Amino acid sequence: MKETTDLLKKLIATAGLPGYETPVREIIEKAWGPLVDELKINRLGNLYGYVPGTGKEPRSSILIAAHMDAIGFMVTSIKDSFLHITQIGGIDPRILPGQMVTIHGRKDFPGMIIQPPAHTLPEGMQNGVVPLSDLLVETGLTAAQTSRQVRIGDLISFASTPIEIKGDLLAGHSMDNRASVVALTEALKLLKKRHHEWDVWAVATSQEEVTLGGAAVSSFDLRPTLAVVVDVTYAKGPGATAHLSYAMDKGPALGWGPNIHPKLFQAFEDLAEKLEIPNQKELMSRMSGTDAITMQVAAEGVPTMVISIPLRYMHTPYEIVHLKDITRTGRLLAEFICELDDKFMDTLRWDESEKGVRNSK
Amino acid sequence: MKSLIQKLVEIPGPSGYESQVREAVKDEVEPYVDEMQVDPLGNLITRKGSGGDKGLKVMLSAHLDEIGVMVSHVDKNGFARFTQLGTVFPRNTAGGRVRFLNGAHGVIGMEVPPSRSAVTTLNKMYIDLGVTSKKDCPVKVGDVAAFERTFQDLGKRMVSKAMDDRIGVAVLIETLKALKSTPHQVFGVFSVQEEVGVRGATTAAFGVNPDLGLAIDTTGVGDTPKSPRSDLALGKGPAIKIKDFGMISDPRVVAWIEAGAKRAKIPYQLDILIGGSTDARAIQLSRAGVPSSGISIPSRYIHSPSEMVDFDDVKNTIKLLVHLLSRPIKLQ
Amino acid sequence: MSITKKKSWNPPKIGRAQISSLEKLSEASGVSGNEDAVRKIVIDEIKAYADEYEIDALGNVLVTKRGSKKNLPRVMLAAHMDEVGFMLVHDEGEGLFRFDIVGGIDRRQIISKPVWVGKKRIPGVIAGKPIHLTTPKERSNVISVDTMRIDLGPGNSKKGKSGDWATFATKFMRQGQTLRGKALDDRVGVASLIELLKNAPPNIHLLAAFTVQEEVGLRGAKVAGYAINPDMAIVLECTPALDMPTWDGSENTLYRTKLNQGPAIYIADRATLPDPRLVRLLQETAEAYDIPYQLRQPGVVGGTDAGAIHLQRSGIPSISISVPARYLHTPASLIRLADWRNTLALVHTALSHITPNTLKGERQ
Repeated sequence: MKETTDLLKKLIATAGLPGYETPVREIIEKAWGPLVDELKINRLGNLYGYVPGTGKEPRSSILIAAHMDAIGFMVTSIKDSFLHITQIGGIDPRILPGQMVTIHGRKDFPGMIIQPPAHTLPEGMQNGVVPLSDLLVETGLTAAQTSRQVRIGDLISFASTPIEIKGDLLAGHSMDNRASVVALTEALKLLKKRHHEWDVWAVATSQEEVTLGGAAVSSFDLRPTLAVVVDVTYAKGPGATAHLSYAMDKGPALGWGPNIHPKLFQAFEDLAEKLEIPNQKELMSRMSGTDAITMQVAAEGVPTMVISIPLRYMHTPYEIVHLKDITRTGRLLAEFICELDDKFMDTLRWDESEKGVRNSK
Repeated sequence: MKSLIQKLVEIPGPSGYESQVREAVKDEVEPYVDEMQVDPLGNLITRKGSGGDKGLKVMLSAHLDEIGVMVSHVDKNGFARFTQLGTVFPRNTAGGRVRFLNGAHGVIGMEVPPSRSAVTTLNKMYIDLGVTSKKDCPVKVGDVAAFERTFQDLGKRMVSKAMDDRIGVAVLIETLKALKSTPHQVFGVFSVQEEVGVRGATTAAFGVNPDLGLAIDTTGVGDTPKSPRSDLALGKGPAIKIKDFGMISDPRVVAWIEAGAKRAKIPYQLDILIGGSTDARAIQLSRAGVPSSGISIPSRYIHSPSEMVDFDDVKNTIKLLVHLLSRPIKLQ
Repeated sequence: MSITKKKSWNPPKIGRAQISSLEKLSEASGVSGNEDAVRKIVIDEIKAYADEYEIDALGNVLVTKRGSKKNLPRVMLAAHMDEVGFMLVHDEGEGLFRFDIVGGIDRRQIISKPVWVGKKRIPGVIAGKPIHLTTPKERSNVISVDTMRIDLGPGNSKKGKSGDWATFATKFMRQGQTLRGKALDDRVGVASLIELLKNAPPNIHLLAAFTVQEEVGLRGAKVAGYAINPDMAIVLECTPALDMPTWDGSENTLYRTKLNQGPAIYIADRATLPDPRLVRLLQETAEAYDIPYQLRQPGVVGGTDAGAIHLQRSGIPSISISVPARYLHTPASLIRLADWRNTLALVHTALSHITPNTLKGERQ
């Protein structure tokens, strides 16, 4: 478990805003390097790790994906020692006043988000919510130093340091979705020791928080037979909708809804039950809010599954996950991959389809 | 060049109905490109240069279409109700005039709002074509019109309807003319239906399958009284896109453009556009993904019938593009 | 292009068999993501007429009906199988379930309606509150979906489960020249497409796509359009007729379409600016054959599968045509038989006039 925790702590301590994933991608490359046969970087910044299967060619392939980008901010304008910022990804401005951040300028340095005093704000904002456009980042530097260190377009991320909480919990920013990157890594570790017929593409996708673009292009690029997206979901806790949130330490949530091939869901649920891996069913009645939205409809379409790790306080500086949910997700992925054989696609046949009818490309 | 700009902005070409603009562009660029074709959606795709071992396929996209209106109903008194092609702001519209593709003219009026401060919507507006009955009305449901406002040369600055994005079209034409040789395959794409959701660039990018994409479009500025917060200003050079509402530029492409501008001593600005997006969004997500960004001409009063640009910015954008495309590209 | 009426003209008819096929389709449950029951009906109907068919990764049924020789225009026709509805998302016990709305349903129109739940179509009701127990203030507010439950009855809690889909439980009905039912959007398009496959004109390769997930974002059509890669596409839809009188008696200028005025040809909606060459094909065909038609009012609301199809690959010239219907996305929508008949006749006739020259030249 220590190795897992350490990797996750390293990942969340590393910046990787949408479109600027290089720093975090380099950490993942190091982690995946010994576990895969080949690493490739796609033109949109996705990292592909390839593990060939042992089946007869042409082999089917499964794409397992987790996005590596994380929400943050970008500098839009500089005034003396202060920075105006815009958000990258969805962030509630009400949680921001007083947050410590890291400014990725000419070098990384600390800053903090401040709520300017009432008389400096537009009329009517004195007691209400101050929108992001009127919050400032204090650089702590002089105006001259600031203009040397920072320029428009520079990135800013949360600076919250990880907190280990008794009972295998970890709190920190960017758990969405670095927790899932770790789950993929766990799966690759297990696969290293196991025999599997299908090719595996592990993909750390880019730009999920803005366009779901990394997922769209990786699915088009690799044309997998199946795709599994691993992301985080709302864990039960303060602020979560009681009936649409999932318990921590009760295992991964298996997605169900239009983004998910129903038979693929069934296969995952059956396997989890067989192996006694705790699991939950996540109702995604419309879109899943994950990379699966674009991955499923790339090119001719890909049967897709979504697995989610329950997480508290999504898109805040302190997101909390249960480490066992991460390792369980990794194990379920690896076991599923080992089950895949040349008959598997027949089990995905739609009920209405008759024998002899092609049911996928 | 100003006469080319005038010619281009004065041609009507709302989204989906760009054929007149396309014909004018064809005439201009034909002698300067190696190949030219029109795809099923109406994009004009040109190619210049055949590339070499180290050359890239570079797609530059400037959109032909402008915002406009389409008749949705003619009432019994001959007033034409309309819908928008692209984002038309009601506040910029009342009292304005439109010219239909069939030659008819009209003025835009609005129902008296319930109170002085009430904001109206396009559904409460109509086009008055100077007739008194449905029978006499020279337009019918589905007819398309562009805003009518002539080009004015204010010396340093120019103002007209449809600068968004005919100024980009003019820049792309002049770039293709001025580009004497290139190690790349330069695909000059004059795209359609940008204003309704970057649709033309979506299919054009699929067809071209480029290694690198740039949108040549306009962007907003913050240099007028109480304007939205932005450090951008007219006259301070082409704006290099870092981010807009629909995409985040590839930082390697941004660095490449910036280095080129520095090398050629061309002034430039960095652009973060909070509202709106460009063809670069569509190019970026094409096929297996394309490193993309944009170079924008700063513009005031975007999506009004009087959009203003600075002539130096226009010339500098062309200079920058020619400089960038004349030499090898290495993204890092 | 100019269309001249052919001497022999025999478009497919809408008779008792076709109406009963629509009845079956309308009553089938097929909320976006769960189109199985509709898919089954479609496959049973078209199997004997198709040269080939397959079900793709998302569940679209893609059918090929080849023309009389090799090099003919490849024309895609699409109609979506899915409908708006509900998904049970939380079991509260005692047969009560919380639910989500799938697709665009006006939440003011769902309370106190019967539903069918799950594959076995267990009857239930969307629970309403007795007026006696409401306060006057409460009665002036829209009822929040959060407070609503689908009730399968105490003792029946095992008959439904979270993840089951539900639809309005509306029986199909014919009333003179009017047809009433749930999900006529777009089962009437599906029914028309089945008829077109059965009576396919020989001058084209007809590539039919019965699509999924239209109501949640035109998703099936996206992959179908990419896979089929046709020369052109026509989407068969069902679109709102908002042709009611206005409260103050002023002219209704936003009717979208009108009932009984014939098929509605699209010229602009939120998702597509149809190819003008296909608009002319449909209009000129209607005029040459005296088939009544109307233009769907252009606007920035509503989108069809054409929105996804026309953007695939290097672009696919596309258009939509609709049977106008009142009260779409409510428990019961309503169409006129003549509109359906004329839509089918117009599409079939226009198809029979498609030649390799139909899309010659550039879009304009």
